[in-house]
Amino acid sequence: MRDNDPNAKSQLKTLIDQSIHIIREATAELEQPALLFSGGKDSTVLAYLARQAFWPTPIPFPALHVDTGHNFPETLEFRDKLLADFGMRLIVVSMPEMIEDGRLAEEPGAASRNRLQGQALVDTVAEHGFDGLFGGARRDEEKARAKERIFSVREEFGQWDPRDQRPELWELYNTRLGSGQSLRIFPLSNWTEADIWRYIEQRNIELPSLYYAHQRHVFERAGMLFAEGPFLPAAEGEQIRELQVRFRTVGDMTCTGAIESTAGTPAQVMEELAVSRLSERGASRADDKFAESAMEERKQEGYF
Amino acid sequence: MELLTLVTAGSVDDGKSTLIGRLLYETESVTDDQLEAVARSSGRMGLQQTNLALLTDGLRAEREQGITIDVAYRYFTTPSRSFIIADAPGHLQYTRNMVCGASVADLGLLLVDVRAGLTEQTRRHAFLLSLLGVPHWIIAVNKMDLVDYAENAFRRVQDECVQFLSQMRVPDLTFIPVSALNGDNVVTRSERMSWYAGGSILDRLEQVHIRSDRNMVDARLPVQYVLRPQPGELQDYRGYAGRLASGSLRVGDDIVVLPSGMSAGVKSIDTPDGTVSEAFAPTSVSLTLTDDVDVARGDMICRPGNQPAAIQNVDAMICWMDREPVRKGSRLLLKHTSRTVRAQLTEIAYRIDVNTLHREAVESLGANDIARVRLRTAQPVMCDDYQRNRTTGSFILIDPVTARTVAGGMVHSRSSER
Repeated sequence: MRDNDPNAKSQLKTLIDQSIHIIREATAELEQPALLFSGGKDSTVLAYLARQAFWPTPIPFPALHVDTGHNFPETLEFRDKLLADFGMRLIVVSMPEMIEDGRLAEEPGAASRNRLQGQALVDTVAEHGFDGLFGGARRDEEKARAKERIFSVREEFGQWDPRDQRPELWELYNTRLGSGQSLRIFPLSNWTEADIWRYIEQRNIELPSLYYAHQRHVFERAGMLFAEGPFLPAAEGEQIRELQVRFRTVGDMTCTGAIESTAGTPAQVMEELAVSRLSERGASRADDKFAESAMEERKQEGYF
Repeated sequence: MELLTLVTAGSVDDGKSTLIGRLLYETESVTDDQLEAVARSSGRMGLQQTNLALLTDGLRAEREQGITIDVAYRYFTTPSRSFIIADAPGHLQYTRNMVCGASVADLGLLLVDVRAGLTEQTRRHAFLLSLLGVPHWIIAVNKMDLVDYAENAFRRVQDECVQFLSQMRVPDLTFIPVSALNGDNVVTRSERMSWYAGGSILDRLEQVHIRSDRNMVDARLPVQYVLRPQPGELQDYRGYAGRLASGSLRVGDDIVVLPSGMSAGVKSIDTPDGTVSEAFAPTSVSLTLTDDVDVARGDMICRPGNQPAAIQNVDAMICWMDREPVRKGSRLLLKHTSRTVRAQLTEIAYRIDVNTLHREAVESLGANDIARVRLRTAQPVMCDDYQRNRTTGSFILIDPVTARTVAGGMVHSRSSER
């Protein structure tokens, strides 16, 4: 593709230009933004785009990680290395600490801390005075997200009101906030899973090794493969097998499923996705399987 | 591969959701788990068949009530192009959603029921596509299966549309007879209409030429962000970051910064693909300049011989979107490119009845009203006519008290008088 030709309006270039415009616009107009960083592929791509947006100067906002305490060690290692390379300050919100000192109350019997994440996030926003958080969510992931604005207003308790969203016209974003409101900004709204991988391949971006095929002890539950580990032991009757797997999404260990795969490079991952008959969330997220409105409900409660 | 954004218009009854469902389904853009979820919902609603419309109705209220409330974005790819569908609901009370979807669209896909012909709703959608300057249109004459795929039924609707559309600006228009239900001329060409020589909707979507739509003549760079000097190697660095709205800039070009009118030369251009000698809209760039001039966010960089009008009286068509009505004299904020200024609504010239296109004198504007107005701004804004430049010709209005986005506006060239 002739990238510097007015006619070579390649899809990825269009998306990159748009995302950088969004990141700059939010940063210019907000007092104190931060980037939500999980170490997953989407937030990694977002961090690279932020670097491009302000190049050659440093990224002018910190990274924020809401740590459920159930993360894959590979992800945390990767997080620390990437942010150090980028010179970004990291603020870790430790949910285990918040549970320990009573700021969060864990639901009895709930394996996943997904629902608590919303509250931890809202508390952190209030504590640090962040008025906007960048997130790596994409509209193709889930159908409630397909309806969310790029600049999404959250009320005092972090809730999203899908019936009262601000109109979003052209590429003119309204960042003004009423009392108690804050923004979630989604620069990757129009990217698909394939676009993310195209960018990773094109820019030769390193990801946590979990995204590529590796040997792992897994067991099957509700039709999905889960990594066996201290936070998620196999139940009785669930047989542990060693398989060659990779993760399509990397989140909390307790609700992220693996898929059998031999893909070891971004190009091989793209080939695999091209023939997959399952969506990203359908293949790997137990949290969305519970109900059709699961994401919408969690978003209304303050989840990202 | 190119990316094309299309906005769809037409009511539920016209078969819009069925058409989109079919486009997604036949291009293999729906995964098995998504289909299963939709089948489960259809079953819960007591439907015999899987309702593909549920693929786009993402909110619980929409599924429960069987209506579309908000614009939904869907993505699909074919070997030759990638597509974003902005699926906007058709009813009058959702005019604003249609306006939002159309504001970013390369192409408008308008559905007409062959038996109903040109309805009030079709007229309204056509007017909105024209108002928002959507450069390419497809009018899909649907439900051809219900008229035995008869050519004369199709021609009758086509003639009616052509006559109505002669009243407005329509740059590029294609009529396609389809049956969304049976898939005729949606993805593949139908064999049931030998009298029709053209291609399917997908053929048109893949082939329509969109590269020349953007204004490549007028160099316009609204400054978004100033990259400041840093200790060390970058102690003398000062970059002006923004996205080229139109035209191109080259290293060595003479530029002028508006509204100050200071001149300088382009020293370097950085893009996401590295340092270049020339950059084209809509690339996100950062420039350095040869001279140390004062440049801030909200300024506009352009060429000395080709400048937008710097105006404080803005004549425009606006679409009012807020539930609170607005009257002459109201104080608002106007955001145009990267510049936000205080503004006052000094005149409501007329409101347009979107069904008849008649002009009416009114005292106030309510939700979904479209009107010709004049705004007085506290500082100059650097505008082009909307029909010439969708980026430097558009603005939004914000209520300074509630912080809500209350209107979208399109600048009319008569604004050039101060």
